[in-house]
Amino acid sequence: MSELIVNNVSMIFDTPDGGQVEALRNVNFSLKQGELLSVLGPSGCGKSTLLNIIAGFLAPTEGTVSNGTTELHGPGPDRGMVFQQGALFEWLTVAENIGFGLTMKGAPKNEIKQTVDHLLETVGLQDFGQKAIYELSGGMQQRVALARCLANDPDIILMDEPLGALDALTREKMQSLVLKLWKETGKTIVLITHSVEEALFLGERLFVMAPRPGRVKQEYLLPFAEAGLTQDPREIKASSDFIGKREEILSMIWEMEEEIMGRGEAVGA
Amino acid sequence: MSMMQTFKERVGLSETGLAKRKTVTFGDSSSVTDGRFWSTLSVITMAVVWYLGSAMGLVNPIFWPSPEAVWQQFISISGEGYRNFSLWEHVWASLYRILVGFGLGCLIGIPLGFAMGLSKVIRGWFDPIVEFFRPIPPLAFIPLVIIWSGIGERSKILLLFFAALWIMVIAARAGVSSVKLTKIHAAYSLGASKRQILLHVILPNSLPEIFTGMRVAMGVCWGTVVAAELVAAESGVGFMIMVASKFLSTDIVVLGVIIVGLIGYGIDILMRKIEARLIPWKGKA
Repeated sequence: MSELIVNNVSMIFDTPDGGQVEALRNVNFSLKQGELLSVLGPSGCGKSTLLNIIAGFLAPTEGTVSNGTTELHGPGPDRGMVFQQGALFEWLTVAENIGFGLTMKGAPKNEIKQTVDHLLETVGLQDFGQKAIYELSGGMQQRVALARCLANDPDIILMDEPLGALDALTREKMQSLVLKLWKETGKTIVLITHSVEEALFLGERLFVMAPRPGRVKQEYLLPFAEAGLTQDPREIKASSDFIGKREEILSMIWEMEEEIMGRGEAVGA
Repeated sequence: MSMMQTFKERVGLSETGLAKRKTVTFGDSSSVTDGRFWSTLSVITMAVVWYLGSAMGLVNPIFWPSPEAVWQQFISISGEGYRNFSLWEHVWASLYRILVGFGLGCLIGIPLGFAMGLSKVIRGWFDPIVEFFRPIPPLAFIPLVIIWSGIGERSKILLLFFAALWIMVIAARAGVSSVKLTKIHAAYSLGASKRQILLHVILPNSLPEIFTGMRVAMGVCWGTVVAAELVAAESGVGFMIMVASKFLSTDIVVLGVIIVGLIGYGIDILMRKIEARLIPWKGKA
């Protein structure tokens, strides 16, 4: 039911100067319930396009996205989103933000309150329910974004660089929170990131994407996310296995970047 | 130097904490505080200059009356009234026209602005109309409006409606376009319907722009109503000023001008207070 099957997805769009960009070519993969996939790649590799197609904000020129039983068209509450920042509703309190999805569904008040209280505790914001969004730090705001997404109990969680705007220390703490939530809820997660370290640490599976045309260049199966649930993240990130993978991927991405530069073309988003 | 220090401290200008140690203040907007002391001083200075100027007979009272004369007029008009109406009735006449005209302008302008922000067809259809009427000063319509509906209430309300309408249309349209796409996407992913997104995301998100528009529209309406009353009216502060000028009663003219200024200032303060209550997140996101 809560599988994710991306079947032969391609995306070609026209540029204003009359040309065409092949943002994605024949992307194929499937995720089982509870899998955590991180997607990495240089700018213009189509990773955001891919996420937007899965979320239903973009329709692919070819191919389909399905949850194993039905094809998915358009956005829906079965696929929750966590954005980088600025997606919270400033006119609502923290609690109202978290309860937004349930309120829209018309859930009973006491059920909303119960869920919200539980989630506030889960993300460590027990005393912040009545605060305004602008009173919270960037890290806390992302905790709210995670909680708001979880409140709807989606089958799949799509994260678009959710920790990208945070400082390094907060970011590490939040990575552990993401792992904790993943374990506790058993959700299927797709996470887009710019950070090689983050992609390695959080992804059970990791796609390195390449640009022009956007495609999955390399796939890794990684032990670090599972290990991160019990071991010290710093130790994992300092292990030789982790560092070896990190350098391998970094040089792969560097090569791609240089290739793009060498072709002397502007890098599109 | 030390005397300056104590003087500053005495009048509440002393800076505290870290601000005291700042070496760069020119260009640092946080070092430009509200300067309430200087505002008070400025008001007192104007009053003193006015008082002394007329007490020493530097200005002919026909050109500029003494503060006592204006005060006298204030007392007598607020007691006996002026031209069949009490002072408060004149003030209320002007305010009433604004409230109705401005209210109608909001009532039509905000939904129209929303529709223009949300639909290509409506935007395209109304864009030339809005852009054509927007730069025309509302006062240019006075002759037309008088031909249509005389010098009664209707003509003034129509004029103010016109003055507020375009400002509110543009403010509401700007409010809609200010919505970040991620917020819309987030709402869809949380299961909101189009109607819910309009009511729970687009509408609250555009409140800051709408409120800014309302403040601008209020200011323009206040200016327009007084000017319209100067041209043709039977009551109102502008009417009072116009009639008084015909009799060279400069003291009443100045009284009227002061009332216009104070009420305009009061309206803006009120709007800002409401804004701070209603939109506490403005400028903080």
